[in-house]
Parts: sequence; C-alpha cells; structure tokens
Amino acid sequence: MAGLVIHLQNILRLVVKELRSIRADPVMLLLVVYAFSFAVYTVATGVKLEARDLTIGIVDEDRSEFSRTLLGAFGPPLFKISKRIAPGEIDSEMDSGRLVFVLEVPPNFQADLQAGRQTSLQLNIDATAMTQAGNGAVYIQQIVAQEIANLQAGRETTTALPINLVVRARFNPNLDSGWFSSVMQVLNNVTLLTIILTGAALIREREQGTVEHLLVMPVTPVEIMLAKMLANTLVILVAAVASLVLVVEGALGVPIAGSLPLFVLGTAIYAFTVAALGILLGTLATTMGQFGLLAIPVFVVTQLLSGATTPMESMPVWLQWTMRTLSPTPHFVAFSQGVLYRGAGLDVVWPEIAKIAAICAAYFAFALARFRKVIFT
Amino acid sequence: MMQAEPAARLDAVTHRYGRVTALDALTLAIPAGRMIGVIGPDGVGKSTLLALIAGVRRIQQGSVHALGGDLGVKAQREARRGRIAYMPQGLGRNLYPTLSVFENIDFHARLFGQDAAERRGRIDELLRATGLDPFEGRPAAKLSGGMKQKLSLCCALIHDPDLLVLDEPTTGVDPLSRGQFWDLIDTIRARRPGMSVIVATAYMEEAERFDWLVAMDEGKAIATGTPAELREKAGQATLEAAFVALLPEAKRAQHREVVLRPRTASDDATPAIEAEGLTRRFGDFVAVDHVSFRIGRGEIFGFLGSNGCGKSTTMKMLTGLLPASEGTAKLFGQPLAADDMETRRNVGYMSQAFSLYSELTVRQNLLLHAELYHLKPAEIPGRIAELLSRFDLADVADERPESLPLGIRQRLQLAVAVLHRPAMLILDEPTSGVDPIARDAFWRTLIDLSRDDGVTIFLSTHFMNEAERCDRISFMHAGKVLAVGTPQELAAQRGGGTLEDAFVAYLKEASGIEDAPEEPVPAAAETTQPAAPARRFDPRRLWACARRETMELLRDPIRLSFAFLGPLLLMLAFGFGISFDVEKLKFAAFDQDNSMESRQLIEAFSSSRYFDEQAPIRSAGELDRRMRSGELQLALEIPPSFGRDLMSGRLPEMSVWLDGAMPFRAETTRGYVTGLATQYAQGFAADHAASSHAPAAVTVETRFRYNQDFKSANAMVPSVIMLMLIVIPAIMSAIGVVREKETGSIANFRSTPISRFEFLFGKQLPYIAVAMGSFVMLVLIALFVFGVPIKGSAWVLALATLLYVSATTGFGQLVSSFTRTQVSAVFATAILSIIPAINFSGLMVPVASLSGGGRIIGMSLPPAWYQPVSVGVFTKGLGAAELWPNLAMLTFFFLLFLVVAQFALRKQEA
Repeated sequence: MAGLVIHLQNILRLVVKELRSIRADPVMLLLVVYAFSFAVYTVATGVKLEARDLTIGIVDEDRSEFSRTLLGAFGPPLFKISKRIAPGEIDSEMDSGRLVFVLEVPPNFQADLQAGRQTSLQLNIDATAMTQAGNGAVYIQQIVAQEIANLQAGRETTTALPINLVVRARFNPNLDSGWFSSVMQVLNNVTLLTIILTGAALIREREQGTVEHLLVMPVTPVEIMLAKMLANTLVILVAAVASLVLVVEGALGVPIAGSLPLFVLGTAIYAFTVAALGILLGTLATTMGQFGLLAIPVFVVTQLLSGATTPMESMPVWLQWTMRTLSPTPHFVAFSQGVLYRGAGLDVVWPEIAKIAAICAAYFAFALARFRKVIFT
Repeated sequence: MMQAEPAARLDAVTHRYGRVTALDALTLAIPAGRMIGVIGPDGVGKSTLLALIAGVRRIQQGSVHALGGDLGVKAQREARRGRIAYMPQGLGRNLYPTLSVFENIDFHARLFGQDAAERRGRIDELLRATGLDPFEGRPAAKLSGGMKQKLSLCCALIHDPDLLVLDEPTTGVDPLSRGQFWDLIDTIRARRPGMSVIVATAYMEEAERFDWLVAMDEGKAIATGTPAELREKAGQATLEAAFVALLPEAKRAQHREVVLRPRTASDDATPAIEAEGLTRRFGDFVAVDHVSFRIGRGEIFGFLGSNGCGKSTTMKMLTGLLPASEGTAKLFGQPLAADDMETRRNVGYMSQAFSLYSELTVRQNLLLHAELYHLKPAEIPGRIAELLSRFDLADVADERPESLPLGIRQRLQLAVAVLHRPAMLILDEPTSGVDPIARDAFWRTLIDLSRDDGVTIFLSTHFMNEAERCDRISFMHAGKVLAVGTPQELAAQRGGGTLEDAFVAYLKEASGIEDAPEEPVPAAAETTQPAAPARRFDPRRLWACARRETMELLRDPIRLSFAFLGPLLLMLAFGFGISFDVEKLKFAAFDQDNSMESRQLIEAFSSSRYFDEQAPIRSAGELDRRMRSGELQLALEIPPSFGRDLMSGRLPEMSVWLDGAMPFRAETTRGYVTGLATQYAQGFAADHAASSHAPAAVTVETRFRYNQDFKSANAMVPSVIMLMLIVIPAIMSAIGVVREKETGSIANFRSTPISRFEFLFGKQLPYIAVAMGSFVMLVLIALFVFGVPIKGSAWVLALATLLYVSATTGFGQLVSSFTRTQVSAVFATAILSIIPAINFSGLMVPVASLSGGGRIIGMSLPPAWYQPVSVGVFTKGLGAAELWPNLAMLTFFFLLFLVVAQFALRKQEA
C-alpha cells in the first residue's frame, strides 16, 4: 500500500516536471495552439467536399430561349464558372481541367421538346474529379429536369413522381462539410500532436542523457513512462476540448449534440493510447530526425484509414479489419462521430471505448517492454 | 622564411551574442610561422576569436585580417579559404560518422579539387604520419576520441594550409593521445615551417610547449608573449599559476589554493565499493574485462584511462544503470540489484555529459530531485537554500542551465548529486571542459565532502593534477585495470617521473607501442606550389558533395527505408484508403404498411449494389436509436397506407433519413436515393399504364470521360503520386542540410572553398535520384496493383517528374536553410507541403473550383502544376502539346527554390 502511494507520488512529481518541460518549449506550444485553432478553422472553411463551386460549359447548338435560361440556371453557389463554349473547345477545356462538366444542347432542342419529340442532352463529366463528378451530375440532371418542367409548366403541373419523396439528413441537416471536417481535424490533431509531443519528450531525454539521471534515482521506468504519457495526454485533452468549445462550437457554429464529459472520457483514453504509440516510436528512433521520419507515415496511415477522411466502408474489407485491429483511431472516430454528431450516450458507444482500451493495453505493454530495453543501453 | 606580416590581425573587434559580449574591442596581432596558444577559462571568447580568424563567423564590429587579406571583404575572404584550415570544437565534430577514415579525408581532398592520384598519395602519407593507416576502413563513429581528433587533423591538413586553426583539439582526450597529437603537429610543422598554427586549449600543461600565447579573459587579451615571458611577468613557476595571477584583482580573489587534507583513517571492514571480476560485453565487444577493485569509505578514488577504455561503463554498472554481464559489485557490503531503491538513495551520480533538465530552472531541477528522493517536504526549502549557497548558485537560481557556462552547470550537477546526502558519489569526468579556476573550486567542495562528511568519491578524470589529489587512483585501458595505488606509488613504480609519465608508460606498454619508431618524414617533402585560387564553380566539388551525401544516405537504414518504403506504404494506404466510391450503405426500412407495393419499394433498394439491407425497424424509437449508434446510414420510413395511396394516385409520402455525420457520404446517398425512387416510380407508372404519368420526353445522357468506370483509383492514384513526390523528397532533403547544422559538419561548408550552389545542388542530387526511383516504383504500383494505365506520353510524365522532384527537393532544402533542428525541419516541411498538396492542388477538389487564398496558395507551389500533368498523362492521354505551360512552371519553381535557398544559407555563422 505504502509502495503504491510512493509510486503515485513519484508519477505526480514527474508529471509536474513534464508539464514544466512542455511549457518551456514555445515552439511546440505554438504548434499545438496553431493546430487546434487556426488549422481547424481554415480546413473547415476552406475545403468543401460537397459539390459546390462547380465548373460547367454549355455547347449551345440550339440558341433558343430555353438554352439561354438553362445557362442562367447554373449559377452560384453551386456553380463557380458557367460559360458558353464552342464545340471545338470541349477537349481543351476538359483536358486542362478548367471545366469539369460540359453540357451539349443539340440543335432544335427546344422545338423538339415543345413538339413532344423524343430528344436528349449530353453531359460530359471529367470523372477524375472524384468529389464533384458523381454528385455534381445528379444536381445538373435535377436542374435540367426542373427547367424542362418549368418550360412545360403550362401544360403539366403535377410532379413527375407518383410518390412524395422526402429526404432528410439527420445530425447535419444542410450537409455542411465544415461540420464534419472541423471535428475530424480536431481528432487528427489529437492523434498527430500526442504522438509528436510524447515521442519528442522521450527522445529529448535520451538525447540529452537526462533519462540516465532519472534512472539512478529511486524511480522506476514505469513511473517515468506513465508520467510522460499522462502529462502529454493532459495537455492535448485540454487543447482538444478548448478547440471543440471555442473554435468548432464558438467560431464555426457547429452544434455539439452529445455529452462533453463523455467525449472527454473517450478522448482521454484515446490520447493515452496514442501516447503509448508515441513512446513506442520514440524507442525505435534514436534521434529527433529519425523520429520525425517514422512518425509521419505512421500518422498519415492511421489518419487516412480511420474513417476521418473518407468512409471506412469504402475500404476493402481486409483493410478495414486490419485497421480496426491494429489502430485505435477508427474506433475513436466512430466514438466521436457518435457522441458529437448523433448525441449517442455511453450505452451506445461503450463498445468503441472498450476496443480502444483493449488496444491501449496492448500498446502500453509493448511500449513498456521497448522502453525498458532502450533506456538501459 | 619569417614573414614580417602577422598571420592574423584584429583591430577593435567586438562580438556579441544577444546581451553577452564575447569579444570586447579586441586588438591583437598574431605572429606568423609559429605555434600560437589561446588560453583562458570557458566563455571568454576563445572560440569566437578562432572562428573569426578562420572566416567562418561574420564580423560584427572591427576588422580581421588573416594571411594578409581583409576577411570582411568577400572576395579576399574567399581567396584565403583554400589556405586556411579550421577544426571546430568537440570530438570529431566535423567528421561524418558513417564514413570511413579514408572516405572522410577523401571528401575533404575532393573539396580542394585534387585528382585521384594526388588524393591517394596525400591520404596515405597523412594516415602513416598519424598512425591511422591500420584503421583506414573503420567508420569515424567507431574511433576513440583521440583517433577522431587525429582524423579531423588529417582532414584539415589535406590541402597544405598556411594557417591551421584548432579549437580545443585535445579536450576530453587522454594524455597518451594528447601527446601523440602534439608530436604529430610538430612533425608537420617541421616539414612546413611557414605554417602558422593557432590553438585554443584548456590544458595549461599543453600551453607550455607553444611558441607564443594569448591569455584571454572576458573578451580581452590580458597578456601575450612566450610561456616564459608570461611566467616571468606573473612571477609564478607554472603557467597555470601565472594565468591566475594575471587575472584582474576581483577574479583572483575568488581563487584559493586546493589544500588536500589527510584522510582520517576509518578503515571499516566493509568497503564502500567492492567490484569482483566485473565484466560488460556489448555483442562481441568487451567494454569492461574482469575489473576488480575496492574503495574504502570516505576515500577519493580516481579512474584514469583513454577514451572508450571502459571507465564510464564501469561507473554505470556501479550505479545500476547497466547490468553486468559477469562478476559482482557490492555497495557497502550489499550486492547490487537492478531495482534496489535503497542503494539508489545511497548513491549520487554525475554523468559525463550534462544530464539535468536544461528547460527547467536551477531551482526547479533541485526541487524535482528533492521530491523524487522523498525528502521531507518541510526540509526541502532549507536544503535547497543550503545547496544554492554552498555551491554558489544563488545568483542563477531562477535561470535555465542552458544559458549558464559549463563550470556552473557542473556545480549544479554536483549539487544535485549530493542533494539527498548520499554516502557515495560516482562522478564521470566531472571537470571535463571546465576552466582551472572553476576546477579548483569544484575540488575544494569534493575534499570537504570527503573529509568532513565522510562521503566516498569515485571519479574519472583526464587531468593529471586532479589525479594527484586523489587518495588512490587506477589506470585503465581497453577494459582492463592496469594498476591501482596512491599517486606517489604509481609515479615511483615507473622510474619516479611525474604521474603523467607513469600513466603514458603504462598505456604504451598495454597497447604495445614502442618508443621512438619515429616516422622518417622526408624533411624536403615540401613539394606544393602555392594553392591556385579556387574557381568560382568547380564540378568536382559539387560531385564530392553529391557523392558523400549518397554514401551517408546508403548507410542510414531509417532514412533509406523512409525514402523507399515510405512512398510505397503511403501509396497503398492512399490508393485503398481514399475512396469516394460510396457502396454497401447499411439501410433498414420501417415499413408500417407491409403491402406488396411497400415491399417492392424496399426490394428496389436492397437489390442495388449501393445498399446493404439490415434487419427491419419495428418502432420509431428503434429507428432513432439505430441511427444514433451509427449502425444505419439510411432509414426508409413508409407510412401505413402507402400501398393504397399509391394505387389510388394520392401521392403517398415516403420519408428517407440519412446519417449526415459524414456529409459527402450523405450527399452521394441522396443522389442514389433520388435515382432509385425515380426508377421505381417510372417502373410503377409503366406497369400501371392506367396512371396519367407519362415517361419524361428528355433523357440526359451522361458520359464519364477519362475514367469510364468512375473508379476512385483511376482518379486518385495519379494525384497521390503528386502528393508522394513532394512530401517524401522534401522531408528527405530538408533533413540533409539541417542535420549538418546539428552535428557540426556544416563547419566544413563554412571553412572550405565550396560554394553555396555546389553544396546545395550537390546535396540535392542524390535525393532527386531517390525520388526518381520512388517515381518508377509508384508508376509500377499504379499499373499493376491499381490497374491504372498510362494513356498519354510516358516521356512527358518522366520529364515533368524530374522537374517536379527537383523543385520539391529544392523546397525541402529551402526550408532547412531556415530551420535549426531536424525535428523542426521535418515538421515544418510536412506542414508546409502536405496541407497545400492535399487541399489546394487538385487532389480533393479541382483547382479551377478553388477561389481566394486557397487558390493563390495552390498556384504558388509546384504540386498544383504537376497534378494536371500526372492526371493528364495517366487518364486523359495528354502530351507535351497540352502540358508545356506546366513543364515551364515546374522549371521555374526548381530554379526559384535553388536561388532562394542560396540566399537563405549563410556561408558564415552570425
């Protein structure tokens, strides 16, 4: 019992030491503040994955009232560029990527339409613009259908469908991608900065030889390692929650549906897990430079294949399975999306927390084994 | 032979670092053709003076002339570079650790444009003269300290300099190697009598053998002259005493003689330390080989030996830091156990390098240690105050050690080591690099601890006058103890000379060196003509740089695997991971109607490959819960009278709920749902022709160009190649320059005639080659793993890639010209390159759709110009005719980064 108290006291003192070290490194602190404020804001407002700011050209061989109306219908915010082009320009405009869509209106289109003759429009799509091609095509088709309906409005007023289809998006009614990217950016930062801070804290001790000094004192390697993980987890946790409340909810106006304390609990466990990963990487590298080279691919892979960028279900099944087994990040992303967007409670998300904790135990055991090994050589 | 002109002349030179003044209006003329010593404590400006004379530091105020040229004038400075050689402070600081002895010298020889035959001849001669010839193939990292310094000297001498500037070349080197080093210098001077040598040193014994000395204090020269003149001036017998006497009154007052008091005999039955056959192996290498000794309580026991002889390893075993491979060690009669917290409380340890937290203040460091040793909280403030005053640290209590001179830091380390009142101190070279006055103060403290408090002190040192103050000493060599005894006994055993003579004799015997096999150096070997003025651009220097960088890269497994495995791994992750194909969406229906019509509608969804049906929903509450848990991405809600209303044309409402948590997925799903519902309705209308709904008269034919199957991989893979070829090459090259700044080998760039262009472009070449290798690999993965064919001109793609990676590696070098540490270079490059490359270069969103800042950022970096080439050649079948503007822009970026990096990288240090 007394032994445990001493362990806890030692850990507490070492945590205080770690926090002082973090405070003494203005560059790292600046990086943390930048990543959780400015970077979150710019990513949320700058990059839109929803189809908007599309570029369309119309090859108008009809030159009718209708084709002019159609050109006018492709306006902002859905369209950034809509212009009339000559038939010979289709290839160069699309090859260069200046236009993603080109709509060809054949001669006598309006006349055929009004005469009730079967006719067609051709929509060329640059299918290399993945985020715009599919959804943009759907919107363009809807606009065309709407304009045709308007044209025919005099004769036919009812909707084309026998069903009144009502599609509603829950948790993000306007499907604003900023809601998604801002929160995911916070999660990415938790992963990236926890790895960097923890790993750098270990490498710094090894490079400066201070870990040697700690080891001749009456403290154990577990205490040293735990203190590092706890201190950095704490810093990241505070930064992440502040970012969520001040930047995401405050500045960006994204509503947070669920319980903040529950999110803090999950994030704490996750950050602690990633801190173990940071220690592990810190034991594999011997210098800061090497650590950077190791940390970047690890981070990029865990982040990209976590469901925080593109949907997890789109990945091959074997890859999904591998990532869910090896990395805590997919579970953390699922947990966060559940809590923050859908307002899910502990009764719903506990399996994700349990999985993170299980991976945490494995990481911790491995990191501790490596840590003991390298600090004594 | 004697030139009238001095080797170097300084006029009113002042140099400051922030608030600290390193040189204070120093005026000095240093005679040519002689061996000049610069002596003085740490931090008096010795290194700054030498760096200014060598031309590697920028002159702030005043003027510096060397070899008759004004170093403030660029043309004159560059013309002198080939005639000056500079060896920076620190063991092997300007060496490349993974390169062999031969390769290190060879690199320097290439920098001076020597041809293969000349290089071979000169290197052989130097290796023979220094006795390094048996170790020609050994990597520099595996040399002992003394050998490293000899190798550094070889590198400096390769071009027959007229002025040799050596900054503390023998600090931390054992006496035998030190002696050999100076003999070597004498030999070389005998051959080239015109050469001037300027040396800074902390060893006063060494200064005795120099021709002329400059004694410095606080940025000023307090005395100049021959050693005899200085001794005479101060009226002292030794130079060390003379130096102290020459100091200003105030400083001299701090100094007191070290008085060694006899040990009060307390010959306890149990010794403080008892080592028996202690052995430590690292792989095949035996670092410590069956070492046995006993140290009595209260004794001061000294360990002497050359670098790498196993002193530190023995000490680490005694502290429990390293487990012994064999043998036993007892502290106070107790066997040493790895996790024994009790013995740790009894020992205070000071490691060779400063090992306290430089980011914590002096007081915080003491506090941390007090707490970790569990001193009683009430006792802590008093104990810290006591230590601050006893070790004279009160003035600097709230400063961080990083800003303190070495001597004060060593006092702090000692204060920390004694803080918990241990019965034993283990001190590993506690005074290395500390000036004489600070060393004496340090020793007075040690003697007090030993004699007054009965603390056992076990220390290692290179200083003979310190060894003489020990109660007993032990000579160590190659892991073995050669002799143990009192200093007097040991000196007497070997002919009764000084202790140093005895030690050197033991070392020579142990390492099998015979006396006086003096290398018959041909005195008339002076064949060199005055060095030709260095050319402004010399492809040989560029090649030397490229060659060396390549060798270093090939020998670094972590960097090499990052270079080749990094892109591979990331490409696979991106290729499989970033997919905008939305498929197999989990949906469930809340069918309150359960009619044939409603089942048909659900069937329409479940038969689509986009949707994956889950168990039906039974209640509104269940719908809410299952969507909330993220299990369902889509829920259909069909009202009770759906079938009836549909049949009777009453427009029944069907609600579809999407999970909006991931907006892109939801948006795509909405498109699918609309399409399916329309299809269903049209099918329904066709089946029930009675209905009034006619099929639409217009069809919109969609034609997916470039990627007919609309597969993510076809679109993503070419863009990912763009991303990979900036992130990895830029980070690799960013490491390249900044690593030299960290390790110190940047000094070679500063002190040799190599130009900034040769240095930067030479270092860039291997990374361009590596990146082109990655490119080939990435293209193969694209072709065979992802099945993305190349439709356009592969040659245009290859050319564009060459230009692109030249630009991206140049970008990395530009970043590393600004940054100071590897870690900041890595992260700065990553952040600066990844964010624009992912977001503003067409990977996610076409550049044409961007506006404002994002578009400007995108267009002002190479990725946005390369992405259209990669995508264009792979999927659109384009060639040079369409892509030439992009090629032109990539060339522009390549040149721009190269030029800007040259401006950012200073040839001289500030």
